[in-house]
Amino acid sequence: MAERKPIKGITTEKTEKLIADTLAAMPEKARKKRAPHLGANEPSVSSCAVKSNKKIVPGVMSQRGCAYAGAKGVVWGPIRDMIHVSHGPVGCGVYSWGTRRNLMQGVPGVTSFPMDFTSDFQERDIVYGGDIKLEKLLHEADELFPLNKGLSVLSECPVGLIGDDINAVAKKVSNELDKLVVPCNCEGFRGVSQSLGHHISNDSIRDHIIGKFKFKEEAGPYDVALIGDYNIGGDVWAAKPILEEIGLNVKSVWTGDGEVEKIGATHAVKLNLIHCYRSMNYMCKVMEEKWQIPWLEYNFFGPTKIEESLRAIAALFDDKIKKNVEKVIKKYRKEMDDVVAEYKPRLEGKTAMLFVGGLRPRHTIGAYEDLGIQITGAGYEFAHQDDYDRTAPEMAKGTLIYDDVSEFELEKFVEELKPDLVGSGIKEKYVFQKAGIPFRQMHSWDYSGPYHGYEGFKIFARDIDMAINSPTWGLVKSPF
Amino acid sequence: MSAEAAVKFVTEHTPEEIERVKEWINTEEYKEKNFERTALVVNPAHACQPLGAQMVATGFEGALPFIHGSQGCASYFRSTFSRHYREPAAATCDAMTEDGAVFGGQNNLFEGLQNAYALYKPKMIPIFTTCMPEVIGDDLTAFTKNAKQQGFIPEELPTPYANTPSFNGTHIHGYDAMLVSILQTLTEGQKIEGKCTGKLNIIPGFDGNVGNLREYKRICELMGIPYTMLADVSDVFDSGCDGEYKLYPGGTKMEDAAESINGKATISFQKYSSVTTMKWIESEYDGQKAILPLPFGVKKTDELLLKLSEMFDKPIPAELKAERARAVDAMTDAQQYLHGRKFAVAGDPDYLLGIVSFLLEMGARPWHVLCSRATKKFQKEMDALLASSPFGEGCTCYINKDLWHMRSLLVTDPVDGIIGDTHAKWAARDANIPLFRIGFPIIDRVNLHRTPVVGYNGAISMLSMIANKFLDIKDETCEDQWFEMMR
Repeated sequence: MAERKPIKGITTEKTEKLIADTLAAMPEKARKKRAPHLGANEPSVSSCAVKSNKKIVPGVMSQRGCAYAGAKGVVWGPIRDMIHVSHGPVGCGVYSWGTRRNLMQGVPGVTSFPMDFTSDFQERDIVYGGDIKLEKLLHEADELFPLNKGLSVLSECPVGLIGDDINAVAKKVSNELDKLVVPCNCEGFRGVSQSLGHHISNDSIRDHIIGKFKFKEEAGPYDVALIGDYNIGGDVWAAKPILEEIGLNVKSVWTGDGEVEKIGATHAVKLNLIHCYRSMNYMCKVMEEKWQIPWLEYNFFGPTKIEESLRAIAALFDDKIKKNVEKVIKKYRKEMDDVVAEYKPRLEGKTAMLFVGGLRPRHTIGAYEDLGIQITGAGYEFAHQDDYDRTAPEMAKGTLIYDDVSEFELEKFVEELKPDLVGSGIKEKYVFQKAGIPFRQMHSWDYSGPYHGYEGFKIFARDIDMAINSPTWGLVKSPF
Repeated sequence: MSAEAAVKFVTEHTPEEIERVKEWINTEEYKEKNFERTALVVNPAHACQPLGAQMVATGFEGALPFIHGSQGCASYFRSTFSRHYREPAAATCDAMTEDGAVFGGQNNLFEGLQNAYALYKPKMIPIFTTCMPEVIGDDLTAFTKNAKQQGFIPEELPTPYANTPSFNGTHIHGYDAMLVSILQTLTEGQKIEGKCTGKLNIIPGFDGNVGNLREYKRICELMGIPYTMLADVSDVFDSGCDGEYKLYPGGTKMEDAAESINGKATISFQKYSSVTTMKWIESEYDGQKAILPLPFGVKKTDELLLKLSEMFDKPIPAELKAERARAVDAMTDAQQYLHGRKFAVAGDPDYLLGIVSFLLEMGARPWHVLCSRATKKFQKEMDALLASSPFGEGCTCYINKDLWHMRSLLVTDPVDGIIGDTHAKWAARDANIPLFRIGFPIIDRVNLHRTPVVGYNGAISMLSMIANKFLDIKDETCEDQWFEMMR
């Protein structure tokens, strides 16, 4: 891949000075801890300069969530036909109810469960333990929602602290109901971010779900699984049809709009296609080791990356798929050119800074670039080294890389780099909008979407244009 | 049995099976089963204590809410406020992890306070807890004292703290706990015998509607009553966009909060979210105290104005009299659109009392009133309110039930509309009735938190919202021959 052209006004020296100035305001201990997480990009170096996946520095106002959020919000919540029990006090379940936008099909309360199930721990549950309550509530849930295909038990902080044994309860109830009951020890205090919640959830899938089911149909040469697409704003519904159009047979989706039994039968597919590497690479590796299923990372943001990805996928299949891919690329090229022709004139030369979870900053760069927007800063809430390694070549030299950025730091960085757009989360959104800086939520697609696939790019382009070019920004400065 | 034999086929439910269950969950039989559950909670209508604590902590000028415990909690509270208000919700935390569980969270607190103070320069750091330190039993009195002694933060920085375990009470109790703690800290040594600031202290209670807070202030200004609103989030969670982000855009001034102990009077508008605070104020504060109902509708607003008039010996100004008359005018004009209509209501205790009172005034019939965490005392108060009007007849108040119970009620004993926060939209949709969004959080509509629902003007707002929605539905759904120009 060719290295990005330098961005006007961005140099390694300037970026390093900005970092140094920002760090200068911090107490020494915090400064020492934070310094390795901030850096100027060096696209040609194989290993990225910034450190990641370390504990939050207390008090700095990190934007991170917890292991429970990674488990419930990210991995489990989207599985539509399971009942996901937020096991512990009431809050975690309420805050994560319907706030990720992982849309799902089905009849709510009958075949799909976009709801909040909780044990609503009270003081007595802390004192006496919650295992008996858990056993009872799993039976109650199964009785009231008989078409569920299984139940997951997602532990909140107190459960692990008081020494409950949700694994034993889950096993017992699973035998009694003859159904999947999956324990997931994803207490919020575990690990350093959402990321451990993803990993623990992947492990629970490995231990309790994968290999437990098989498809009725014979396996075919084009059977694939779509891994790490959570159907935010309907992403899966824009991505899956493309794979089908090129002749692949999408047997299961992990986990957006997901069905648990199909997830459990995924070991029969020929290839795993992974979108969110950060949250699901673990299970791809497990399936590779145990069932020799290869996996391929792909990127469905923006036409350039879609085409690249489709060709990479085609390379793993026969001529039929290769031909289909070229046909599909050709079919949509005109439509995509029209989108670019409409929006690029208004967006060319603009800059954006991104701070999202563990994947999107690097994955969306291509889509921004398709619209003529350059990325001057990027970072992740909960990425690891391998994510940053994948990011460095996608960014121009000297651009700003920030890991687990605090509100204090990001504000300083944005103030200095003056991007035309910040793409980040709900907690950051209004900070920057108050400052008159256009913003899009890039976790939830700001209540829009889908952004994946060809359909998604049309919406993405419209949204980015409307964010940057809204006339409302012209009203911010008062004439008096 | 071989491992292979245990592998099951992927199954699909038949359409008949789905249809059967779809109908079954709407039956009386299902409702009974649903009400029999004792362990499972489905779609609760309440959040946890620290959320309420954060609201209070946000409401003082220059205060940076500080969460002692797990980082995910902080993220959830901040997101919840930002989604509801569409505003920044600054708060920091000390991010306790596994080692904190073993050794306690003192070191996290030290480091967290030091960094928060250095980076964000707060005038006060109100601290509240999540489940984790509550389970392991962290001693915040000692911890904050040590933090100051060891120089992590200045001795004089106020650091009130509240224990707000999520396994006890709800967000309204966290509100109460944090408020009393802040007031105790800020008023310490401030009481001066015989001194009276002449001001009214207003405690709005856990209220997601900043328009309500502004309405209280406007009423005081019209009456010529100087006031201090305690935990005043109106300028923090409803700040303007002028091109500059302000971390501390408003809130009760520290000196005003300190002086509140020498006030002329104190009013709380939410009995249930200020129990501890008002008990403490009752014994420590000077002046008169009153716990008034939320002024929803005409009568409760009358009650407020009469009380203010009596406390401050001020006449009710012509402007407010005219407002009252306009509200009554609007209500008599539009009564036909609400009269006899049945409503379900879900929410916090004080909000429920307010909404029900307004519905009764309109001749509407509250029918299912549900509080997902409340006491028998509340239930009695609600029953008494319902008994005070013939329009309350037939209504049932459910406590400690959730929105899945509510769903059963709506589909077996239908009503015309439901009033509650955004979470009630699922039940409303299943019952095919409109949801009138009054409460917290509202995360699927814009600006409702800016339109007051208290006071005479609030009554007009609620009335318009409800009546016009019914008329919209009529226009949108009626057959052609019933579609007409006037309604």
